[in-house]
Order: sequence, then structure tokens, then C-alpha cells
Amino acid sequence: MSMEDQTSIKRLPPLSQWSLPGLGLLKGLVVTGKNMVQSFYREDRMTTVQYPEERAPISPNFRNFPFLVYDNDDSLAGLRCVACSICEKECPPQCIYIVLERDENGKSLKRPKIFDIDVSVCMNCGICAEVCPFDAIYMDGEYELSTDNRFEGLLFHRERLAKSAAYHAKLRPEQAAEVEARRKAEEEKKLAAQAAKEAKAKADKEAKDKAAAETEQKGESA
Amino acid sequence: MSLLATTPFLPMKLEFLPRLPQMLVEVIFHRLGAPEWLVSIAGFIVAASTVVGVFMGGFALLSLVERKTLARIQNRIGPNRAGWFGILQPVADGIKMLTKEDIVPAKAEWLLHLAAPILIVIPSILALGVIPYGREWTPVPLELGLLFFFSVGALTELSVFMAGWASGSKFPMLGAMRAISQMVSYELPLIISALGVVMVSGTLSLPVIVDKQAGFHLGFIPAWNLFTPWGLVAGLVFYIAAIAEANRCPFDLPEGESEIVAGHMTEYSGFKYALFFMGEYLGLFAISGLGITLFLGGWQAPLPGLGFVPSWIWFFAKLAVVIMSFLWIRGTFPRVRIDQLMRFAWLCLIPMALLTLPAAAIWHFAGRGLLGWVTTVPLLLIPWVIITVIYNRRLSPSTRIYRFADS
Repeated sequence: MSMEDQTSIKRLPPLSQWSLPGLGLLKGLVVTGKNMVQSFYREDRMTTVQYPEERAPISPNFRNFPFLVYDNDDSLAGLRCVACSICEKECPPQCIYIVLERDENGKSLKRPKIFDIDVSVCMNCGICAEVCPFDAIYMDGEYELSTDNRFEGLLFHRERLAKSAAYHAKLRPEQAAEVEARRKAEEEKKLAAQAAKEAKAKADKEAKDKAAAETEQKGESA
Repeated sequence: MSLLATTPFLPMKLEFLPRLPQMLVEVIFHRLGAPEWLVSIAGFIVAASTVVGVFMGGFALLSLVERKTLARIQNRIGPNRAGWFGILQPVADGIKMLTKEDIVPAKAEWLLHLAAPILIVIPSILALGVIPYGREWTPVPLELGLLFFFSVGALTELSVFMAGWASGSKFPMLGAMRAISQMVSYELPLIISALGVVMVSGTLSLPVIVDKQAGFHLGFIPAWNLFTPWGLVAGLVFYIAAIAEANRCPFDLPEGESEIVAGHMTEYSGFKYALFFMGEYLGLFAISGLGITLFLGGWQAPLPGLGFVPSWIWFFAKLAVVIMSFLWIRGTFPRVRIDQLMRFAWLCLIPMALLTLPAAAIWHFAGRGLLGWVTTVPLLLIPWVIITVIYNRRLSPSTRIYRFADS
């Protein structure tokens, strides 16, 4: 023991700084009593969410396993996915399996015949959603995925993966709105380009017709 | 029976409601021509069954109310799945406990291991038998009721140690050691604080002690022992010691689950475990009932003019308030350490309890009035002043010596 400890003694502070023993206990009782009484009428006291009946709202940043977006009403024909297999190649744990659908002549129909995601392998990195140039795949917000079959039950086919654009808009309004605006602009650009092309083709044709007519006339005159 | 028929007023008839089964059995046995000793034995058995039935129901209710109250204190909801507001939770718990596997460790003394949970329930039920629940309802009106209560209550320690020893494992043993040291230490202040009541009442009979607390000071302050200078201190000491005797938080060291799993109950499962809980809760009821009898006027009404309400309703209302205060304390304070617990008992509670004895004597000989207050309050304040001074001392160095810097 050092000398400082030997010389230190217990002293009484001035009377104004005294406190009563047991006061802290009473304060503690008041705190818990308040907790108890206020839990019956103050909403912010009771933060419990009664889970199976009600659910806490999920954050837009919450992401859990990918899903495929479809436009219009038909969940399979309306898929934005063109089976380009970029996500399949980018997927780090390689949980995506895609087979392109072809007609009888072997021509690509630009949609997947098989689109499987093995969610028991998926690690929720979101790279598939990032690399997709067709806005066709996004991360989902679903979390009640327990199943009694760990093989078939955890292999999601395209029927299960397909979810409407409206669902996407509800799940992540900001992202969906931005995607929607971009797609609309592209669509309009495409339409405008097509219209211009058609107009140009029409003009070309007219010019051709005119030239042909002229040459005909020339021929006749000659 | 004739008393029941001639009493004019309905609440007055309700006064006899808890004794109705006993009366009916006695009348039936009498009509059948049974000998007098058989009639009284049958009556006692029915009276005891009534008490056991009431407090088993109370145990079931309390196990739910406790969980609900603790949940509310922590801003949770508590059990609400089994039945309306979780009202069937005790039933579900009971079925769960009954259907669990009964495990006896290989190194256990199987006979003692089996006997301990049974022996822990019996003293509590015996102790409940002598408490006056109403004006007409004392199941076993013993002359030495208080002595009987404490001597029976001491049996609990034996069964706790039996459980700890018979389990043949270290945690139960440690828990039992703790339980013995705690219960023996806290039994002293408990009994000493009850002695003041015996001195002033001049009797050990619990119904008579309640009778002595009838009436009101100044027309509205009930003449309970709590509202006397020595009774206030003795009541507080009794309250604290009762919490420790009942192994309740913050003195629940024998079963401190964060340190020694569940203390003496570690090696028990299923229905034996449930019996330990039952014994604990029945003991809680018994000690609260004794405290109410000694200090809170037993079944006496708290205000004048409320005497028409059946007296046992007042007893159970007071019991509910006391039990709720135990729950409140459990939801507030953390567990104390074993050395703090022992020091608190021997240096704080026992001196305080001992001082209530001369205070009660002075109070009695000073005429139990203003003079009594003036003479006993300074005496009782002595330990409080000492505690306050000790509590306020601060450790401060007198002069700081810099041995190396000054050279």
C-alpha cells in the first residue's frame, strides 16, 4: 500500500451535501412504477409488435433474395428478363440457372424457359440486381421462407420468382419510380426513333417512287 | 347454523361464506349421529382443504399476475396467448410441468431427493392454517399461533438443505449453503420484530392480536400496530426480513440463476420443480398473512364505516396489496451480494429490531399516546442517525504527498 492510501480518511461533507440513505431505492421504485402505469395508456411505451398478427414495416434498404419483375398482367409472358445470362455469370455463389427459350427453328424468343434460383446457396449480395441491364431482377423483401423441404422447397422457379412491377413499386417506391421513369423515357426514345425511321423510310420510298416515275417518264418521252 | 339463519344483513351472511363447507360437514356428521371427536376432525379437514384450495388458486393466479406485472414494469405485454389475456397460462404451465420427465441424478440420494420437494410444501400449508382470515374464519385457532408459525416455518430451511445435499451436485449444495445462512440470519430480525407485537398485545394467539388492533385513533387512523412508532420500525424490519425469508428478489441468492443455475432446485425437473415453486409461493402467502396479522390489523377495515364488508375481503385485499409491493420490488432492485446480505442482516436489521423491544415497552408504560410517541421516537431514531452518518462519509485524502516529484 502506498502512503497516499494510509493518509486518506473517511470524512463527512458539509451538511448541505448530505443525502438520506434509501433515497436512491425510492427513486428506483418511482421509475419502475412509472413504467408500469404508463405502459397502460402511452403508445410509445409499448413497442412490442404482436408478430404473427401484425408486422413491423420493413425498411426500403432491407433486401432478401432476388425476384423477377414482370409488366402487365401475365406473369410469365410479361417478364422483363430476356435470358441474357449476365446475372448467371456474375453470381458469385452461382445459384442462378437460366435456359433460353427457342422456337422450333432454333430462333431465340428472348425469354427464359428455365429461371431457377437456389436460395439455399444465394448469399443476398445483390450483384444480379446491379448488373441487370433490363431492370428485370431486384432484391425482394420477403422473409417468411421457412419450408419443410430443404431441396425442392428452397429452389425457386420462375413462377415463384415472378412478381409484378406494382409489387416492386410498393416494396421500394423510390427505386421503382426511378426505374419506371427511365424505362418510359427509353420507350419514348425508341418509339420516336422508330417513327423517325418509318418517316425516313416513307420519304425514301416516296423519293424512290418519284425517281422511278421520273425515269419512266423519261423513258416514255425518250 | 343458527347464527347464519338469524344474521339479518346479506354482507353479514357473506362473513360466514368461507366457513360454509366446514359448517355443512359438521351439521351433516352431527345428523348422522357421529361422535363429537369425529365431527370436529371432519370439520378441521374441510377447513384445511378450504385454505389449501384458496391458496392453490392464489398460487396459480399469482404466477400469472407476477409475469404480467414484471412485463408491464419492463414495458412488455407478458403472456397473452393461452386464453383471454393469458388467463389459462397457469393451466398450460401446470400441464407442461406434469408431463415433463422426472430426472433423478445418478449420484443423488433418491429418498431425500424425493422427500425435499414434498417437505417444502407442508410447512407452508401448516403455517397458513393458523392465520385469522376473517372475524369468523381462523382455520385452526391455536393459543400459541405465532410460536407455531415460526417453528413450522423453520422446517423450510431443513427441506431446502435436504434438496441441496441430496442432489449430489455442486450448484444445489452452494445454493443450499446460501439459503441456510440467509434464512438463519433473517429469521432473527423476523422473530424479534414480531416480539414487540407480542409484548404490547400480551398474547401469542393470532386472532387475539387482531382483535387488539380494533378501533381508530382520532376517528380515522386505524389502531393498527403499524401506526405506532415501534410498529413502524418493526413493520419495516419484518417486511425486509420477510422478503429474505421468502427468497424473493433482491434477496433471492439461494437460486441466483446467473451464478448457481437455480440453487437447490438445479437438479429438479417436472412436478418436483413445480412443488418447490408452490412451496415458495405458499410461504410468501403465509409470511405476508402473518405480517398483515401482526402490523396491518389483520381483517380489520381500514376506515370507519366500512365494517359491513365481510372481514375476509379486507384480509385478502391487504394480502393483494402486500404481494403487489413484493412484485414491484422484484421488478426494481438487482440482487444483492452475499456479504452485503449478511452485513445488512447483522449490522442493520437486528439492532433495529432489538431497539423496537424497549421502545414497545416504553410505549406501553407511557400510556400508548402522545407521551409514548415523544419518548420512543428519539430512541428509534438512533440507528437511523448512525446509518445516515455512515452513509454520508466520503473517502478523501487528507494531504497529498508527492514522494517522487518533490525531491
